[in-house]
Amino acid sequence: MALIVSHGHSVTSNPLKLSAPLGASMAFMGMDQTMPLLHGSQGCTAFALVMLVRHFREAIPLQTTAMNEVSTILGGMDQVEQALLNIAKRTKPKIIGLISTALTETRGEDMKGDLKLILERNPELADVKVIPVSAPDFSGSLETGWGKAVTAIIDTLAEPASAKQQDSKTVNILPGVHMTPGDIETLVDLVEEFGLKANVLPDLSGSVDGHVPDHFIPTTYGGATVETARNLGRAKLTIAIGEHMRISAETLQKKTGVPYVLFDRLTGLEASDRLMVCLSNAAGKPVPAKIRRARSQLIDSMLDGHFYFGGRKFAVAGEPDFLWTWGKLISDMGGELVAAVTPVHAAHLSELPCQQVIIGDFQDLEDQILEAGGADLVISNTNARLSCQALGVPHFRAGFPVYDRLGGAHRVHVGYRGTRDLIFQLANVLIDNPDHGHGPVPHSAEHDHAAAPALG
Amino acid sequence: MLNRKKIQDLMTEPGCATNQAKSDKERKKGCAKQLTPGAAAGGCAFDGAKIALQPITDVVHLVHGPIACEGNSWDTRNVGSSGPELYRRGFTTDMTNLDIVNGGEKKLYKAIKQAIAKHKPPAVFVYQTCVTALIGDDVVAVCRAATQRLGVPVIPVEAPGFVGSKNLGNRLAGEALIDYVIGTQEPDDAGPYDINILGEYNVAGEMAIVKVLLDRLGIRLRTAITGDARYNDVAAAHTARANMVVCSQALVTLARKMKERWGIPYFEGSFYGISDTSEALREITRMLIEQGADPELMDRTEALIAEEEAKTWAAMEPYRARLAGKRVLLYTGGVKSWSVIHALQEMGMEVVGSSVRKSTEADKQKALERLGGDEDKLVDAIAPKDMYAMFKEGRADIMLSGGRSQFVALKAKTPWLDINQERHHQYAGYQGMITLVQQMDQALSNPIWEQVRRPAPWDIEE
Repeated sequence: MALIVSHGHSVTSNPLKLSAPLGASMAFMGMDQTMPLLHGSQGCTAFALVMLVRHFREAIPLQTTAMNEVSTILGGMDQVEQALLNIAKRTKPKIIGLISTALTETRGEDMKGDLKLILERNPELADVKVIPVSAPDFSGSLETGWGKAVTAIIDTLAEPASAKQQDSKTVNILPGVHMTPGDIETLVDLVEEFGLKANVLPDLSGSVDGHVPDHFIPTTYGGATVETARNLGRAKLTIAIGEHMRISAETLQKKTGVPYVLFDRLTGLEASDRLMVCLSNAAGKPVPAKIRRARSQLIDSMLDGHFYFGGRKFAVAGEPDFLWTWGKLISDMGGELVAAVTPVHAAHLSELPCQQVIIGDFQDLEDQILEAGGADLVISNTNARLSCQALGVPHFRAGFPVYDRLGGAHRVHVGYRGTRDLIFQLANVLIDNPDHGHGPVPHSAEHDHAAAPALG
Repeated sequence: MLNRKKIQDLMTEPGCATNQAKSDKERKKGCAKQLTPGAAAGGCAFDGAKIALQPITDVVHLVHGPIACEGNSWDTRNVGSSGPELYRRGFTTDMTNLDIVNGGEKKLYKAIKQAIAKHKPPAVFVYQTCVTALIGDDVVAVCRAATQRLGVPVIPVEAPGFVGSKNLGNRLAGEALIDYVIGTQEPDDAGPYDINILGEYNVAGEMAIVKVLLDRLGIRLRTAITGDARYNDVAAAHTARANMVVCSQALVTLARKMKERWGIPYFEGSFYGISDTSEALREITRMLIEQGADPELMDRTEALIAEEEAKTWAAMEPYRARLAGKRVLLYTGGVKSWSVIHALQEMGMEVVGSSVRKSTEADKQKALERLGGDEDKLVDAIAPKDMYAMFKEGRADIMLSGGRSQFVALKAKTPWLDINQERHHQYAGYQGMITLVQQMDQALSNPIWEQVRRPAPWDIEE
């Protein structure tokens, strides 16, 4: 229904795009006792690190091969080797995620080939699983990098299972980068309600969910283990969430034979229904009474909430599957999607219920809103704040990065209950701001305050 | 690729106190430290250049590279503006596969043109990055062509990440200013009370505090380089009578070159800490008088110092009883450690450690004096693991540091105060020290510490 068009500017103004190596690093945050390592100059790591620290409010392990002028010209293999040895010696991780950047890929480095040689000649690296990921900044965005890293983890670690090892009670879950630790926790609970066991990869809910360990750990603490990844082949079924996870699910199927179901989203009544039917079939059990009750509550929240969505104008800016999830929810509730901006092309976005999807930046978001004669609510990450202030439109923070609100990690977007609570959160902001949608108004401090929804 | 000579010169800066303290042989080696792969922390040269120039508030800062350089970093530093907001916008050419194959010069030119058409800035700063340097994009030529054809100064900043550290990037930014900006405009209001402050970036908008003090003395800040700066003021910075360098390791080369070219004397000082603030005001006054200002200025300066110091100590007095005996770990490079140590000690606090990662030899000596000659307390870098142990074992009650080490303290259930660029409080000048003491008191006396440290009921041994 929507036309996907590129903004066509040479200059990107207030970038919406985040780099693929950052997305790949985030995937490794969901792996236990892991150290992601960006193969680039130290700034590549420093910028990504600061962003992750500010968003998750956690100490973030992330290292660099520290490319310099000489290695940029002569090749970075020595830098990789030294970095791996130093990390293995100092922090003793179980996994090192070795992620390329635009710098090393433009040089045309054969990182995988180099890694093979390095591992052969350094027996001290035998205890560490080094997972190479090609994710140059010049190709794709955050979701791309996350998907590539998950695929690389599966490629390196997952094993086909023998008939004896197969476990008909286990379901694999491959969450997308747009899912929070709270989403993953909720999804695992749902799976368990059906008497099934969930095998999640990567699992941010085990690591960056905001818990306080009782001693110092220099790597990630919590998340999917090497075992988790190895045992993916034993499951009955794989559930992947978000179009950007298709390649990971397919790779897993090819490698282990485990069939997959790809959910475009798990937010909304219809999407949640599909999930429950899927789990019910997998478990061979009817949907539990508790979940049926939750469905009824969601229906009630839709009845109560639809008044505030109908006829209101929404703008969403974010990664493709983020845009898809929020855009569909808005239209499910009767809202109008007047601006939809995403950083990279994704074919499925043509099915979004709006006139066009712009591949662009926050300047495009502003232009789209102005063209629509204003909007009632912007749903986007913290970086949309300048645009929202300029236009005087309330800003509902979601996605990555969100560093000026608390509790983002625990917000739930999936299933009946998650959707129910989202509808309430959005409706409350819309109730607070009844008069928007009439073009830009001057920004005031009070206004900004009112635009801040309480999260958590 | 880049001017090696320029980088070499920056690395052996004669005006740098650290360099002066070195032997001839050591000095020739330069100050470039080789980074350890897999154990490095900190930004790249591009990061440093951007930090040093982005506070110029009314221009377009355009980053020529793939998305990571700007997409992962724009609008994250909390530097303030008293007017224009253009500097907060992130501009980049977002180089993708095809752009890299084709070369990025045309795209860069178009991007400059589009940014100028939309925002009409007085100038555009173009930042070279690793990838565009590697593929040989000639940003200097593109900027020259754009300046000529578009009639707006377009300034190339050649500091791709791989050439070195954040600090080198600061210096390369200084080079861009001296090569292309400073001295290009003649103001009609130059006077004998004009100064510049170099290496001041207006974090949390704290220059307002300093400005009030200068205003009271009738001293005019022509511009900070570059906090809350306007392009035209930076271009006219050569007409000031004195330069104060507050972050000496970043822009001392720029100060030396301004002295050589326009005869502007400079000194290194700081507005952090009470005694430092007073010293800085005295030195500014002394230099201006030397340059022809009325000598009575010194009397007014001394009067202001006496009044402010008395007021500040009085305002801090009520906190003394609450803070006395508390142990502080000071972990920062940006703030001159020794002068803050002084203020903390005056409060009766014990400084159990102070990092001197980015301090000069002279600063280290002063800090050491303050710490009673205890070398163990002067630390270069503390591994997060050791830092965590310090808190767990109760060897420090509070840490003052930047955002990255924040969670080492918090996860160890220890109070923490941000004193780097992401902070929201102003710690400069006399007023800033009062704020710092208040903030420390608030952090330490919060009731959560007792609650979060208490073990769960089921963990208490009978």
